[in-house]
Amino acid sequence: MKRRTLLAASAAALALATGGAFADGHAKTKVGFIYVGSIGDGGWNYEHNEARKKVQEHFGDKVETFFQERVPEGADAERAITQMALQGADLIFTTSFGYMDPTNAVAAKFPDVKFEHATGYKREHPNVSTYSARFYEGRAVIGHIAGKMTKTNKIGYIASFPIPEVIRGINSAYLHAKKVNPDVEFNIVWVFTWEDAAKEADAAKALIDQGVDVLMQHTDTTAPMLKAEEAGIMAFGQASDMISAGPTAQLTSIIDDWAPYYIARTQAVIDGTWESKDTWDGIEPGMVAFADMSDRIPEDVRAEATQMIEDIKTGAYKPFTGPINKQDGSVWLKEGETAADFGDDGLAGMSFYVEGLTAEIPN
Amino acid sequence: MDLSAISPTLLLASLMVAATPIILAATGELIVEKSGVLNLGVEGMMIVGAICGFAIAVESGSPTLGFIAAATGGALLSLIFGFLTQVLLSNQVATGLALTLFGLGLSSMLGQSYVGIRPPATEKLDIPFLSDIPFIGPILFNQDIIVYVTLALVIGTWAVLKFTRAGLILRAVGENHDAAHALGYKVVRVRLMAIAFGGACAGLGGAYLSLVRVPQWTEGMTAGAGWIALAIVVFGAWRPFRVLLGAYLFGGVTVLQLNLQAAGVAIPVEYLSMSPYLITIAVLVIMSSGKAKAALSAPGCLGRIFHASS
Amino acid sequence: MIALEKRPEPSKLWSWATPILAVIATMIAGGLMFAALGKDPVESIRTIFWDPIFGEFAFYYRGQLLIKAGPLILIAIGLSLGFRAGIWNIGAEGQYIIGAICGAAVGLAFYPWDSFIVFPLMILAGALGGFLWAMIPGILRVKFNTNEILVSLLLVYVAEFILASMALGALKNPDGAGFPGSRNFRSYPAAYNEEIITGTGMHWGVVAAFIAVIFAYVLLARHLMGFQIKLAGQAPRAARFGGVNPSRLILFCLGISGALAGLAGLFEVSGPAGQISIDFNVGYGFTAIIVAFLGRLHPIGILLAGLLLALTYIGGEAAQSSLGLPAAAIQAFQGMLLFFLLAVDVLTNFRIRFGKREVA
Repeated sequence: MKRRTLLAASAAALALATGGAFADGHAKTKVGFIYVGSIGDGGWNYEHNEARKKVQEHFGDKVETFFQERVPEGADAERAITQMALQGADLIFTTSFGYMDPTNAVAAKFPDVKFEHATGYKREHPNVSTYSARFYEGRAVIGHIAGKMTKTNKIGYIASFPIPEVIRGINSAYLHAKKVNPDVEFNIVWVFTWEDAAKEADAAKALIDQGVDVLMQHTDTTAPMLKAEEAGIMAFGQASDMISAGPTAQLTSIIDDWAPYYIARTQAVIDGTWESKDTWDGIEPGMVAFADMSDRIPEDVRAEATQMIEDIKTGAYKPFTGPINKQDGSVWLKEGETAADFGDDGLAGMSFYVEGLTAEIPN
Repeated sequence: MDLSAISPTLLLASLMVAATPIILAATGELIVEKSGVLNLGVEGMMIVGAICGFAIAVESGSPTLGFIAAATGGALLSLIFGFLTQVLLSNQVATGLALTLFGLGLSSMLGQSYVGIRPPATEKLDIPFLSDIPFIGPILFNQDIIVYVTLALVIGTWAVLKFTRAGLILRAVGENHDAAHALGYKVVRVRLMAIAFGGACAGLGGAYLSLVRVPQWTEGMTAGAGWIALAIVVFGAWRPFRVLLGAYLFGGVTVLQLNLQAAGVAIPVEYLSMSPYLITIAVLVIMSSGKAKAALSAPGCLGRIFHASS
Repeated sequence: MIALEKRPEPSKLWSWATPILAVIATMIAGGLMFAALGKDPVESIRTIFWDPIFGEFAFYYRGQLLIKAGPLILIAIGLSLGFRAGIWNIGAEGQYIIGAICGAAVGLAFYPWDSFIVFPLMILAGALGGFLWAMIPGILRVKFNTNEILVSLLLVYVAEFILASMALGALKNPDGAGFPGSRNFRSYPAAYNEEIITGTGMHWGVVAAFIAVIFAYVLLARHLMGFQIKLAGQAPRAARFGGVNPSRLILFCLGISGALAGLAGLFEVSGPAGQISIDFNVGYGFTAIIVAFLGRLHPIGILLAGLLLALTYIGGEAAQSSLGLPAAAIQAFQGMLLFFLLAVDVLTNFRIRFGKREVA
C-alpha cells in the first residue's frame, strides 16, 4: 500500500510539474499501445498497430499515439505500462492476454489514466476496461465455406495453444463445416507457439501430405498460407488479409479490425465520457471482418456465406445454437438454446470439444 | 486415428527439407570447432543470412544470388566474431552470444520492409526417370538444389578433413595450437578462414529457411535452429556423417510428431512436442555410454585463446 | 606493425578503465546508428544511460534496475563457478523455469493457508527444482559421459513445454474462467515476494543475489572447493593429480548453478512476474551467460555487469516508447555494447606495442 501512495504521489507531483495532466487541459491526448510481439509479424500485432495508425490519422493533431513492441508478459509488461503512464499517457491499450494482471496493477497506481486490456476478464479498478472480438463468428463462416469446398473431406487446422479462444474457434469451424458436409473430418496440429514460421510451415506440410485440401490456421505468420499456395490447396487467412501470400489459395481471411473500437474509446476519453466496461464485439460493429472472397468459391456458396454474415450481424443467427453435444456425448446446448458468454460452460472459458471431433485437447 | 494417412515417402522427403538448415549450420560450426574455436553465434549468423538472402532474392529476382548474398552476409558477420576473438583475444563464449544478440537486432532492422513479401521460387531439381523410381525417387531425386548442395557439402567436409593437407592443418590447429604454431602454421589465419566458412554455412542455412522451407521473412524466424545446430555438432561428436545423422534424427522426429498429430494418434500432444529433444538426448546417452566416448573427441583446444608469444 | 605483449599481471588500472572506454565507444557507435535511423543521437543515448538513474522518473527506474538485474546476477554467479572449472551449463533457462514451477506449485498447494512458513517452503522447492533439473545433465555426464552442453541446452526446450503444460493444466487458476495461467501471488500475501522496502525494487530475490555474490567471493578466495574449481579450470591434469574428484566437482558446479537459477525463477514468479504463464521465461538464463563472462567470472564483476545490462534493458525500453526507436535497434545496440566491452578487455591483459615485433 505504501508503494501505491508513493507512486500516486509522484505521479501527482509530475502532473503539477509538467503543467497538468490531461484532465487539467493539456493540448494533446496521449494514447499508448503495448504489443507482445513485433509490429512486423503480419498478424496479431501488425493489426493492432495498423489500428493505432488509423487512430492517429483520424484525430490528426489532437492525439499523439506511441507504442512499445516485443514487451514480454509479466514484470517487463508492468514496467512498460508504468513507463507509459509516467510519460503522461491518458489512455493505454495493452494488447495481449498476459498483460491482464500487470494492467490492473498499474491501473491501481494511476487512477487518472484509462486502461484497456485486450482478451482478458479482470476489471479490478474503475479505470480498466476489457475488450475482445468474437472471432468464432468469423470461424463459423469459414467453416461453412470449408465444408462446401473440400473434396477430400479432410480439413487441416493449425492451432497455437489450447486456450478457450482457440478451442472456441475449432468448435465453431467444425460445427459449421459438419452441418453442410457430414463426412468432414478435422485434423488438428498443435504447434505450441503463436509465431514460428518454420514450425507452422512444417505443420502445414504434414497436414498437406496427409491429404488435407483446406487449411485453417490460428497462428500468426503467413507460412501456412504460403505452403497451401505451393501445394495448390485452399486456405483461410488469420488476423490479416494474407492474399499476397496465397493469391490463389486464400478463399477469404478473418481480419481483426480494432480501429473502430480504438477510435471510439479515444473519442470517449477526449469527451470525458469514458467508462469501464467489457466489450465483446463481433462482425456487427466491424471488429471481425473478412477479406474479399475468392472467385474459386461458387456463387451459391458465396451467397450462403454472405447470408450467414448478415444473419450474425442482425443477431438472427448465433453460431453456437443447440442442439450441440459435447465431445463425450453429454448435452451442452438443448434444441434452440444459445450459448451463454460467461459462467459454467460459457463461451468465454470454453475448454471442451464438441461432439464429432476425435482428437483430445492437450494441456 | 489413421496411421495409413502417413506416407513414408513424403515423410522422408519432408524430413530432408526440415533437416537441411540444421545440417548446413552444423557442418559450418563443425569446421569452426575443429579449428579449436567455439562460436555460439550460429543463431545470429543464420538469421542475418536469412534476411540477406531474402532481400537480395526479392530485389534481384534470383534465388541463386540470394543464397550467395546469404553466405556473404553470414561470413561478414562471423568475421566480427573472428576479429574480436582472434585478434583482440576476447572470450569466445561471450562473444558468440553477443553475436547472436546483435544478429537478431540487425536482421530485424534490415528486414523491416520485407515483411509479407513472397520470394521468387527456388527451383526443384526434378531429375527425369530417376525421380519416377517408386519410393526412393521422390525422396532422393525430387528435391530443391540446396538439399543436394548440402549433402555434397557434408561429403566434401568429411573428405577434406580426412584426406587433405588442409584438413590436417585444420585439425592440428584445433588439437594443439601451440604445437601447430611451432610447426609454422598460421593459427590465426586458419581459424579466421574456418570462422568465415562457418558463417557462410550458417547464412546459407538461414536463407534456406526464408527462401525455401517457409518461404517468407519474419523477425526471429530461425526460432532456435542455430542452437539446435550447435547441439547437433556435439551430438555428432565432431564427425560430418554423425552430424548428418543427428540432424536427420532431430528433423525426422520433429516432422514425425507433427504427422502423428495430424493423423490423430492418441499420444498426448505435449509428449509428442517434447519428443525431438528427449529422443536426441536419449540417443546421445546410448551412444556416449558405449566404448567410443563422445566427449573425448572434442578438439583439444576448443574454446581456448591462442596468443602466439605466450 | 602492432603487436600484443602479454602483461605478467592483469593491469589494475585498465581493468577499471576498459569498461568505461567501452561504454563511451558504444555511445559513439550507437549514436551514429540512431542518427542513421533519424533519431537525435544525444537524446537517445541520454535516454538509455542517464535517464533511468538520474532522470525525471529515476525514482521508479532505480528500483526496476534491481528487479531486472537480480535474477541475472543470481544465475550468473552460479554459472560462473562451473565456467571457471570448465563445466558448461548452457541450460540455466530451463533450471530457472523448473525452479519457478516447483516453487509456485508448493505455494499454490498451500493456498489460501496464511502462514509464515509458506514462503520459505517455496524457496526450498524452487532451489530444489532447479537443482534436480541440473542434476539430469550432471548425472548423465558423470555416469555416461554425455556432453552436458547438449543435454542442458535441449532440456531448456523440454522445460518450456512443461511450463506451457502447467500453465494450461495442473497449475491453472481454478477461478480463472478457463484461461491459462496460475493464480496470481499478489492476491496471496503469505506466498508473495513483496518488496522489502517499498518502491526500492529490493525484493528477496535481489537480496539473494547479493548474498550469492558474497558467498561466491568467499568460496573462491577462501574455501578448498573454490581452489579446486580454479585449479580444474586452469590445469585439469594437475587437478586430477592434486586429488580433485572430477565427478564431485561436476555435480557440485551444476548443482549450485541449477539451484541458484531455480531460486531466481522462484523469486521472479512469486514477485515481479506474479504467476506461472505460458511465456513466463524471458531469456534470463541465456543473458546470464553473457553477464557471467562480462564480469570476467568474478563475483564483483558479475554484480556490475548485471547492473549495466539491466540499465540497457530499461533505458532501451524507455527509448522505444519515448523516442520511437524500434526494439530491433535496441537489441543491435546491446550487441554493440557487448562487442566493445569484450574487445577492450584486451588492454587489461596485454600491452599494445607499436613498431617492429621483437623476435622471440
